[in-house]
Amino acid sequence: MELLPTIWFIAIAVLWTGYLFLEGFDLGVGMLMKIFARNNTERRVLLNTIGPVWDGNEVWLLTAGGATFAAFPFWYASLFSALYLPLLVVLVALIFRAVAFEYRGKVDNDRWRNTWDWAIAAGSFVAAFGVGAALALTTTGLPLDANGDRDGGPFSWFSGYALLGGFAVAGFALLHALAFLALKTDGDVRHRARRWLVRLLPVLLLPLAGWAVSVQLLSGEAWTVAVLAVAVVAAAVAWFQARSGNEGRAFLAVGVFLLCGSASIFGAVFPVVLPSTIDPAFSLTVSNASSSDYTLGLMSVVACVGLPLVIAYQAWTYWVFRRRVSAAHIPEAHSFLPAIAAKAFTRND
Amino acid sequence: MEALEIARWQFGITTVYHFMMVPLTIGLGLVVAVIQTLWHRTGNPAYLRMTKFWGKLFLINFIMGVATGIVQEFQFGMAWSEYSRFVGDVFGAPLALEALLAFFVESTFLGLWIFGWKQLKRGIHLACLWIAVIGSFFSAYFIIVANSWMQHPVGVKMIDGRPVMTDAWAVFTNNTALVAVPHTLFGALAVAGGFLLGIAWYHLWRRRRDGIDTVGGDGKVIPGAADIPGRDLTDHSVWIRSLRIGAVVAMISFAGTALTGDLQGKLMFEQQPMKMAAAEAACHDGTGFSVLSVGNLGSRNCDDIVALIEVPGILSYLAKGDFTTEVKGVNSLLDQYKADYGTHVPNEAIYGDRAGQEIEYVPVMEVTYWGFRMMIGFGGVAALAALLALWVTRSGTVPESRWLMRLAVFGILAPFGANAAGWIFTEMGRQPFVVAPNPDLNGIDQVFMFTAAAVSPGVSAGEILTSLIVLTAIYAVLLVVEVKLLVKYVRGGVVSAMPELVHAPVDENEDGTPGPGGPGKSGTADDVLAFAY
Repeated sequence: MELLPTIWFIAIAVLWTGYLFLEGFDLGVGMLMKIFARNNTERRVLLNTIGPVWDGNEVWLLTAGGATFAAFPFWYASLFSALYLPLLVVLVALIFRAVAFEYRGKVDNDRWRNTWDWAIAAGSFVAAFGVGAALALTTTGLPLDANGDRDGGPFSWFSGYALLGGFAVAGFALLHALAFLALKTDGDVRHRARRWLVRLLPVLLLPLAGWAVSVQLLSGEAWTVAVLAVAVVAAAVAWFQARSGNEGRAFLAVGVFLLCGSASIFGAVFPVVLPSTIDPAFSLTVSNASSSDYTLGLMSVVACVGLPLVIAYQAWTYWVFRRRVSAAHIPEAHSFLPAIAAKAFTRND
Repeated sequence: MEALEIARWQFGITTVYHFMMVPLTIGLGLVVAVIQTLWHRTGNPAYLRMTKFWGKLFLINFIMGVATGIVQEFQFGMAWSEYSRFVGDVFGAPLALEALLAFFVESTFLGLWIFGWKQLKRGIHLACLWIAVIGSFFSAYFIIVANSWMQHPVGVKMIDGRPVMTDAWAVFTNNTALVAVPHTLFGALAVAGGFLLGIAWYHLWRRRRDGIDTVGGDGKVIPGAADIPGRDLTDHSVWIRSLRIGAVVAMISFAGTALTGDLQGKLMFEQQPMKMAAAEAACHDGTGFSVLSVGNLGSRNCDDIVALIEVPGILSYLAKGDFTTEVKGVNSLLDQYKADYGTHVPNEAIYGDRAGQEIEYVPVMEVTYWGFRMMIGFGGVAALAALLALWVTRSGTVPESRWLMRLAVFGILAPFGANAAGWIFTEMGRQPFVVAPNPDLNGIDQVFMFTAAAVSPGVSAGEILTSLIVLTAIYAVLLVVEVKLLVKYVRGGVVSAMPELVHAPVDENEDGTPGPGGPGKSGTADDVLAFAY
């Protein structure tokens, strides 16, 4: 087993976990736009909790993708080409969602806002579901031939694990968003989010636990099972903390659940990065899918400097925008056109 | 069509589209940062209004660049898996570094800038924008390092049939990249310059049309004020300053693209001689630059092409810096390429049905010839127009002519056209290679890849066609939405970006220090949201 590819396997697991942790709640907040928020003001409360940070969160996805390309080109090539159509759907979802955040408030019109609200809600759900399905499939396997190419047509990647993974990440994102909103908002939204969190926690975390258990059954080891057990404990802690009103601790415990769940999953599949369901000999592993030690060494040096820096300034952003948002803070929508379009005016000179 | 053709169309369409948003983001970002710095230094309220107005347009455009950028990164793996496998060791690193060192910086600090008007101290708030802008420069650098490696592969050794990075310094200081980066940045600034010029012209024109600004007997403008929020004396200052900044930026950036483009051309004559010969539709060796060539350029058959007007010596100057050196034409290069890289596609499984076919080494000359000329033409016309605009507006406003105003607004498109034409030229001129061979004296022999070998073998033509249709349709709809929003906010003028001009009349004191609604204080309850979605 080689050192650098192993380190980069861990690095990529960290990047994906970072992505799920951070974008997890903003995807979930997006989904809640339609099922949780009751009116436009509440929707704007939701949006403004993630406004300054969602784009930075999404870069974790780009970095996970880019790092996979650089460190494990064969993994990147096989996974992305095998999942061509599902990833197309994810891309479409991410495009609409991003544009919707920015454009929703740009026209003062209910139909306009409603259209973009749907784009945010559906885009967030589909993106979370698709990323979850893709991640689940990279841990449970795809029908890959000896060259690492998908065998059997555009939909041969499909399995129950894709659905499980999809619901796992979508469910987690929803739950994480409720924990986040309980922490980041005030007033009615805050209390409702906490109530929903307590009520829905077991249901929403179940698919992710199910995915983790499936991977343990396929390729688990003693330590990964133990880590999974810690995840379950963290979920229980999150529930008790939420019920007793400790929003910060509940949010942290949900994070620990994700961290341990993800560690147990990636740990269990290691050293395989993408199993072939056709023949285990075709599976991609940290050794046969990785870049050269030179490239990985270079990337390690840059990542050692760059990643802590990223975490530091992103943390600072959360600190700057640490205050709770409530309906009282939302300014009125303004319509500026009448002011300028008016041709009748009085000279002032 | 086969998967390969469809995948190429898709890459072309999505990239050209993405690169409409990118240069505006890079160029306008820098301009807004400079303007905000001017405000910070002078306290002149016009600069605050300019920051807000251009900043709003910047953001409407920025988000589209973000949204369409993700497609670019995913596309390599999805549609070009063989390419990704072949080049991953050297090509993946700049992409990963772009995300890690540039995208994070850009998105995080831009978020701080958008929402942090009140939460951050003035200086720090300004610094956030500068950091985001510098992040966008780094992003340009990294992606061009990756692209330049495809134009001129360096710093690798072939191991087991794949290029493996052995010299990162060589990859990251590739001479192709070192000239392409400033060329691209100047190209981006040209877009921003034209954007400011056209929109500012429109507003100055409208102020004249509405009788707010008039021209006195001495030919100088007499700025006026209407009793409408935002249409006051400062408003005139906003637009005339914007117009002048835009014109100067457009001219400087054209000079910059010309100088760096000249260096690029000279490198390209060495590194990709066929691309440059095809840019000239130069069939035979010679020294002349074709001003107009006719014939069936698309046929790739040199016998059809006649250069009607040729300026002797100029081609030699573009290639070598003198007026006499013979530059190799397509015909003699063709023999050389055939000798070096084979006449037929190798009989390997990776090439599918194409195995054994004859290789077409001449790019589509219609595209290279006209792409090259459109790039230079659009850029030059925009710069000339900027110079004229400065001259015409020396009175302090624009002429009353509606047609001139329309011309200025449509002129915004010229630098976009120059950017697109340049990229289409350089990418299609590289064909049939996706990684062009490096003919340097000390170049690494035989590091190249035919585009035909790069596409994903496991992905069907139907899948790629689906994505081509879906993405093109979505991009078309979003372009309409973006342009509509831009138009709406442009028409609205400064108040569209500063509702406080309507609601709270005092946004700045006479001396330019921030008033009650201005930035700089923090900690009160109202400051939770300085900006709200």
